[in-house]
Amino acid sequence: MRTRREFLSVAAKLGLGTALLNSLPGVSFAAAPGNRPFVVVILRGALDGLSAVPPFGDPDYADARGPIAIARPGEAHGALDLDGFFGLHPALPLLGERWRAGELLVVHATASAYRERSHFDGQNVLENGGDRPSATSSGWLNRALGALAGRGIDGLALGQNLPLILRGPVPVASWAPSRLPEVEPDLLTRLRDLYSHDDALSARLDEATRIDALADAQARGGTSLDGDATAAGKTAAKTGGNERLKLIAETAGHMIAAPNGPRIAVFDATGWDTHASEGGAEGALAGRLAGLDQVLDALRRGLGTEWARTAVLVCTEFGRTVQVNGTRGTDHGTGAAAWLLGGAVRGGRVLADWPGLGLAQRHEGRDLRATTDLRGIAKGLLRDHLGISEPALGDVFPGAERVAPVKDLVRA
Amino acid sequence: MPPSIEPLTRAAIAANRFGFGARPGDLAAIVGDPRGWLLQQLRKPYQAPRELEGLASSREILATYLQVRQERAEEKQRAEQGLAAATVVEPLRAALVPHYVAQADARTRIALTSPDAFRERLVHFWANHFAVSIDKPICLGTAGAFENEAIRPYVCGRFADLLLAVERHPAMITYLDNQRSVGPNSALAQRAARRRQGPQSLRLGLNENLAREILELHTLGVDGGYTQADVTSFAAVLTGWSIGGGEGRDRAGENGQSTPGAFVFREGLHEPGGKTILGRRYAESGIDQGEAVLRDLAAHPATARHVATKLARHFVADDPPADLVDRLTRIYQAYDGDLGQVSAALVAWDGAWLKDARKYKQPHEFIYSTLRALTVLPREPKVLLASFEALGQRHWSPGSPAGWPDRQADWDGADALMKRIEWSVALAGRVGDASPALAAADASLGPLAGEHTRSALANADSGSQALTLLLMSPEFQRR
Repeated sequence: MRTRREFLSVAAKLGLGTALLNSLPGVSFAAAPGNRPFVVVILRGALDGLSAVPPFGDPDYADARGPIAIARPGEAHGALDLDGFFGLHPALPLLGERWRAGELLVVHATASAYRERSHFDGQNVLENGGDRPSATSSGWLNRALGALAGRGIDGLALGQNLPLILRGPVPVASWAPSRLPEVEPDLLTRLRDLYSHDDALSARLDEATRIDALADAQARGGTSLDGDATAAGKTAAKTGGNERLKLIAETAGHMIAAPNGPRIAVFDATGWDTHASEGGAEGALAGRLAGLDQVLDALRRGLGTEWARTAVLVCTEFGRTVQVNGTRGTDHGTGAAAWLLGGAVRGGRVLADWPGLGLAQRHEGRDLRATTDLRGIAKGLLRDHLGISEPALGDVFPGAERVAPVKDLVRA
Repeated sequence: MPPSIEPLTRAAIAANRFGFGARPGDLAAIVGDPRGWLLQQLRKPYQAPRELEGLASSREILATYLQVRQERAEEKQRAEQGLAAATVVEPLRAALVPHYVAQADARTRIALTSPDAFRERLVHFWANHFAVSIDKPICLGTAGAFENEAIRPYVCGRFADLLLAVERHPAMITYLDNQRSVGPNSALAQRAARRRQGPQSLRLGLNENLAREILELHTLGVDGGYTQADVTSFAAVLTGWSIGGGEGRDRAGENGQSTPGAFVFREGLHEPGGKTILGRRYAESGIDQGEAVLRDLAAHPATARHVATKLARHFVADDPPADLVDRLTRIYQAYDGDLGQVSAALVAWDGAWLKDARKYKQPHEFIYSTLRALTVLPREPKVLLASFEALGQRHWSPGSPAGWPDRQADWDGADALMKRIEWSVALAGRVGDASPALAAADASLGPLAGEHTRSALANADSGSQALTLLLMSPEFQRR
């Protein structure tokens, strides 16, 4: 029996790709042009924004950070200068290139509505988009997809399961590379029948077959028409750690850039909870940042020419303490840094109402005060990048009526 | 229990919802008294499973870790000083991976063969409540030993004993960095301050990681009513809770009494003085101060409710009924945190035996129940463990101290479903026609397997396809 993958491959060679895909049950691909890609990258574990984007110009920075402070630009292992006050961690040279290209907007001293210090509640608020943990059971990006209903825009989670930010009434597919063998179409038909009385499994199966077909088509249409359609996926499944994430990011870029691909995608990176031996220009955090730098660049490469129309929001649940702790790391804090990058972003700017790092200026005497509500950034993106109306934004971010969308984040 | 539910259905619920799935013959063996079968598992005196024989202890594994790390540091130093050519030293990971594989293999084999699968599920539940994660290198070797030493013997005992065993276990202490936390006014910090007048940022001090997670995750719960001041104060209480050997600070202060890799209280790191937590004052008493706080936390009503909610969620429903949570909370308080009593109350609750109230299986539950139903037991540990990785749930790798999440939405992604299908196809292809699917359905699900599924199995075009359909059926995907 011919496998689904071979079947699709033959169809593609005959130029039947999209028409055939659209004839599959449960498939309705986004065909509308003009929908700009939007990717959210969640850094779980609370990224230390004061190291990732060191405010070297702050008079209290060097002393508060002591052994883990990033040196000023021009000094050995110094920060990459942004604007004479803020810098980028030296392990982020590719992000630095985006800055020089005017494609990186840095947001600092920012936070969600959450002001406690639990990772899990913090991530919950970041993703549910409300003003407290479990304020809603769906995620703000799913509700944004709901607001875009009818425009044929699909969401995608890179991973086996959906993060909260994408959960909700709008069906969203997930995809991760696999090293297991492909499933025959006949079995999928039988499973579809087996799930005919089970709405949840039935919906998941439809989403899975649809996104698998797209992943196959992209792998085939991208670099190797006659090659193994799942080569990239199989390589990624066999690779560990950051290499795996790089391949996932690049494949995600391909899928998003496809004419019928999802336009809204989420992936996450873990390992930012640097309580001990965080390191400065070198060390544990520097290693993670260098990896992230490459992952974000892999996404850019995967998007190809679509990068020019893309906005990527990189965010974390909260920041870390201003003062280095007793174990040369940092504990859970409040104000954080976030990045907006992509060809659609009006970059080359730092957006920060800087509160200062002095003891009296800190939140509860220990954390960077949050002066920019991250929901305002997200609202600005949803309104100006995706074209969601302001009234609809009220449902996407309930309880944030007084948080205005930030203007001019993206190019007109 | 509702009399309308027939005995074989109750047996299938006992084996699947409370256990790790029925093996051939299990339903017949327990059909006489499914509830009694569960309750007797709670009453058995603790005995270590045979599969654990020969595994290294956490002390031995940590001692190896410390030694290898020391050798690597010395080697690096010699090379930097030009005293020796840089040689290839064994990576730290290579010394730990064999321990991880042996422990994960033993854990899986116990889950696949144990007749006391309810108790085994409780071991998994509590190990996940007190999660350590192997993405932190030091935990790669110790995660399994931690489960066997600090969790397994205590799951039917008092919560306070479990809590104390966990928080003084070297795996938890190192996972949450406590061996490095130093009282700002401790003897060690004062000696260091006298030696050099550095900037404020170089002073030794607290690391609040363990204190925060004990309050938020292990005991009271995130809404349990504690403040940042309580976290800081509790972190000070816990200074000195450390491990012997080079990983802990203040080696000089040990007087040669500590054993590398074992728990040790280092007086020299402990922040002196009385401390206030949740409004209660604890006088200075060294290690007893921390133990007193932990005992009070175990007896706190918020802890009772937190534990009751998590247990009810795990066994009954993602959003458990309020009356069940109330009941388990009351039992916890009435029996001084006796977890055997709380678990028994769960089994006694009629609502836990409803045929249609079912939990979506996590990947490890799906793998266990599949391999139990088909009595498949790969001999090669790496083959056995590869399944957990492919389906997204390697043993002891939740990635955070919160442990694996326990709701359907956390596990039912489209891609996760496709991975289960692919895995089932691969497994069914190997098991082949040797395991007739309808017989396997009867043995594992009994009356829980519905007509629609049975007819799909009967109409399959091969034995292996029928088996795949069984494993992927809505009934088998839930418990």
